Amino acid sequence: MARTATPKSGTKPKASAAPAALTDPAANAASAKDSSRGWPRPPEPKRHKATGPELLDFYRQMLLVRRFEERAGQLYGMGMIGGFCHLYIGQEAVVVGIQAALRPTDSVITGYRDHGHMLVAGIPAEAVMAELTGRAAGISKGKGGSMHMFSVEHGFYGGHGIVAAQVPLGTGLAFAHKYKGDGGLAVTYFGDGASNQGQVYESFNMAELWKLPVIFVIENNQYAMGTSVNRSSSEDQLYRRGESFRVPGLQVDGMDVLAVRGAAQTAVDWVRSGKGPILLELKTYRYRGHSMSDPAKYRSREEVAAMREKSDPIEAAKREIIEGGFADEARLKEIDKEVRAIVTGAADFAEEAPEPELSELYTDVLVGTY
Amino acid sequence: MAEIKLPAMSPTMEEGTLAKWLVAEGDVVKPGDLLAEIETDKATMELEADDGGTVVTLHVAAGTEGVKVGTVIATIAGEDEVAAPAAPVVAKAAAPVAAAAPVAAPIAAEAVVAATAPVAFDGPVKRQTVREALRDAMAEEMRTTPEVFVMGEEVAEYQGAYKVTQGLLEEFGPQRVVDTPITEYGFAGLGTGAAMGGLKPIVEFMTFNFAMQAIDHIINSAAKTNYMSGGQMRCPIVFRGPNGAASRVGAQHSQNYAPWYASVPGLIVIAPYSAADAKGLLKSAIRSPDPVVFLENELLYGQSFDVPEGDVAVPIGKASVVRAGRDVTLVSYSIGVGVALEAAKTLAAEGIEAEIIDLRTLRPLDTATVLASLKKTNRMVVVEEGWPVCSIASEIITVAMEQGFDDLDAPILRVTNVDVPLPYAANLEKAALLKAEDVVSAAKKVCYK
Ligand SMILES: Cc1ncc(C[n+]2csc(CCOP(=O)(O)OP(=O)(O)O)c2C)c(N)n1
Ligand SMILES: [Mg+2]
Repeated sequence: MARTATPKSGTKPKASAAPAALTDPAANAASAKDSSRGWPRPPEPKRHKATGPELLDFYRQMLLVRRFEERAGQLYGMGMIGGFCHLYIGQEAVVVGIQAALRPTDSVITGYRDHGHMLVAGIPAEAVMAELTGRAAGISKGKGGSMHMFSVEHGFYGGHGIVAAQVPLGTGLAFAHKYKGDGGLAVTYFGDGASNQGQVYESFNMAELWKLPVIFVIENNQYAMGTSVNRSSSEDQLYRRGESFRVPGLQVDGMDVLAVRGAAQTAVDWVRSGKGPILLELKTYRYRGHSMSDPAKYRSREEVAAMREKSDPIEAAKREIIEGGFADEARLKEIDKEVRAIVTGAADFAEEAPEPELSELYTDVLVGTY
Repeated sequence: MAEIKLPAMSPTMEEGTLAKWLVAEGDVVKPGDLLAEIETDKATMELEADDGGTVVTLHVAAGTEGVKVGTVIATIAGEDEVAAPAAPVVAKAAAPVAAAAPVAAPIAAEAVVAATAPVAFDGPVKRQTVREALRDAMAEEMRTTPEVFVMGEEVAEYQGAYKVTQGLLEEFGPQRVVDTPITEYGFAGLGTGAAMGGLKPIVEFMTFNFAMQAIDHIINSAAKTNYMSGGQMRCPIVFRGPNGAASRVGAQHSQNYAPWYASVPGLIVIAPYSAADAKGLLKSAIRSPDPVVFLENELLYGQSFDVPEGDVAVPIGKASVVRAGRDVTLVSYSIGVGVALEAAKTLAAEGIEAEIIDLRTLRPLDTATVLASLKKTNRMVVVEEGWPVCSIASEIITVAMEQGFDDLDAPILRVTNVDVPLPYAANLEKAALLKAEDVVSAAKKVCYK
C-alpha cells in the first residue's frame, strides 16, 4: 500500500475571507485535486523484492525485537526495570525495513519507544537490556534508562523523552551531514501524536528551505497514549502534513516489512540525490499499552486481536518465507531458538551486572573543567 | 511450568487487588490472551499471557486485596519446548528483586508515607487522597463558575494521565473538559488567550516537564500582559500538573520547576503538600484574577490526608506551621514537607524539637511566618526536593540574611537534591534525591549537636 497525496473524503471546504480578485481559484482547485501542486515528487514506491537470505534476516531482526520487548515487559513486571517503559511490539517491520536501506554513516534518532531502533542499529542486546535495568554496563552507563539511550558509535542519537524534540534534532543531524558533505542522511522517527507539535513544522520548513538530507518517518500506530489520530488531527492523513512546505509525503503499509523496505529505498534515493527532505507515514499498530502502566481502555480487545491476527508483520514474513520455499518450519524454529537465546543471555546479563559506582553520579555533567 | 507473578504495572505500584480471573484452571491460553484484571494504585489493568499454555493452578482467589507485587498468582504449563524457556526465567529472576525492591518504593515517597502532618481542622473532615482533593476542587469551582474549564492532554476520555481529572468529563461534558493534541505551546497560548477573552481556564500539563514547551506563554504572555497593558488585560488562568521527581523516569522527566516560576513577577506560584492544602489552594487559584502556576507532585497523589468538608478555600500567600518546635526551623514545600516531618521524628527522639514550615505558596512568599519562626528557634534548615543552585532555599536564606540576621545563631543550611541531572539507575537516583537523614544531620549541625 502506498498512497500519494489525494484529499481524504469529507474534507471541509475552506471559507475564504480574501476578496475574490486576489485569490487564485486555480491554485485552490489544483490543491484540491493534487496537493503537491506540481512540485517534483518521488516515484511511487515499489514493494521490495527480497532474496531468501534477506527475508530471513528481516524475519530474524523483527523476532529479536519482539522477543526482547516481551522479556523487557516481564522484567518490568518483576520490578527489574523502573519508570516508564514503552514497548515496540507490533511495529517491528517499520524499523527493520527502514534501517535496511541505510548506510553505516547515516544517523538515526527517535523518541522514547526506542529499544527496537537500537537493536536493529546493531547495538548489542546486553547493552540495551542492562540500560533498562540501570546497570553500569548499560549503553548510557545506567544513567539514561529506557527513554534515554544513545550510541554514537552506531549512528543512533537517542532515545528522547520529550515528544517531538527529536524532530528538529534530527533535522540538525541532517544539517551537519550536508555541512560536512559526508554523503550521510538522517532518519527522524516520531509518532502520530508527536506530529501535532509545532516544532515539527518549523523543522519541515527549514529542511525543505535548505534541502537537508532528512527522512521524516511518522510511525502512525494510530494512538498517542489514549488519543486516536482522528481525535487529535484536523488532517488525519499524516503523509500530507508536509505539503505546505513542499515536503513530499508517502503513505506506507508499516505492517509489511517489504513495503517498508521499498518505500525506504524511494526515500533514500530522493534524499541522497540532493532533492531535500521526504516524509513517510508508516501505518502501524502497537499491541501493548502506551507504556507499562497504561490500562488501554480507549480501544477494544477485538481491535487489538484483529490486528494481531490479520496484520502481524512477523507472521506475514513467516508465511512469505514458507510459501517462497526460503526455509522450512524447522529452520524458523531454530531462528526462534537463537533469538530467545540472545534475549535470555541479555536478560541474565542485565540482572546480574552491577549497578554504577556512586561516583558516576557526578560524571558527565560537563565535559570541560573550569 | 511457568509461574505467573503479580507484575508491577506502574512505576509506583507495590501491591494490587486481583479483581477478576478471566481464565479458569484447565483453560488453554494463547500469547496475548487476558489472564486477569488487576486494580493498581491508579487504574484497573489487564494482565496478558506472554506465552501460550494450559492454566494449571490459580493460586490467588478473585477479589483478594493487597496482593504484593511478585506473588505467584498462577501456574501455566508451556505449549511446547520452544515456548517454555521464557517463563521459568521469570520465576528465577524474581527472587533477588523481592529482596531488594529497588523500584516500587521511591525513597522520597517512603519518607512521606511514614509521617503525616497532624493538622487539626474545626468542623467535619474526610479522608482523601491528594488526587481526589484536586479533582473535587476543580469540580466544585466548575459547578459554581461556568467560565471555568479544564484543558490538556488526556484530561477527558482517558480521565487524566494520573487520574486527577477523573469523572470531570462525565459531569461537565466535552465543552468544559477538553482533550488537546500534544501541542503544549499551542494550548498554553490558547488557554492564555481564552483567559484574556474572559474565561477561566485550568490548563493541565501532563507533567511540568512538558510545560517547558509552553513556558514562553506562561511567562511572556500570561505573567506580563496585565503590567504591560497598564492593568487592562487580565489573565485569570491556572497552569497545573505534577512537578518534581517521580520514580525512575530519568533526567528529562524529573525536575522541580518551582524556582523557575517563582522568580517571575506577575505569576502566583503554589506548591502544596497535604490534600487539604491542595484542595483549598486550587480553589483559591481558580478564583484568583491572576495567572497561577500550581505545582503538584506525582508521588503525593496517592497519599491520604484529612480534608475539611465543603467549600473551604486556603488563602494564597500564607505559609503554615505544620509542626511546632523550639530548637530549629525546617522550611520546606511540596514533597519536601514529608521529608522534613520524617526528619523531625528522628530529631525528636534525640531531644531536638524541630518546627516545620510548609511554605505552600512560593510567590508571593510568606516571609513573615518564616522570620517569626526564626526569631523563635534562631536556627534554620531549608529542605527542598530540587537542585540547590538558585533555588527556593537560596531565596529563603537571602530573606533571613536581609531581614533576620540578628536572630541567627548559626548559618542556615540547605538540604536538597544533588546538583546533577537525575540519573535512572536505582542506586544513583536514590543517592541524588533529598533524604531525611541528611536533614537530620543538617539540623544537628546548626544546633551544634
Ligand atoms: C512534550 C511532551 N508532552 C507530553 C509527553 C507525554 N507523552 C509521552 S508519549 C505521549 C504520546 C505520544 O504518542 P505518539 O507520538 O503517537 O507516539 P507513540 O507513543 O504512539 O509511539 C505523550 C503524550 C511528553 N513526553 N512530552
Ligand atoms: Mg502513536
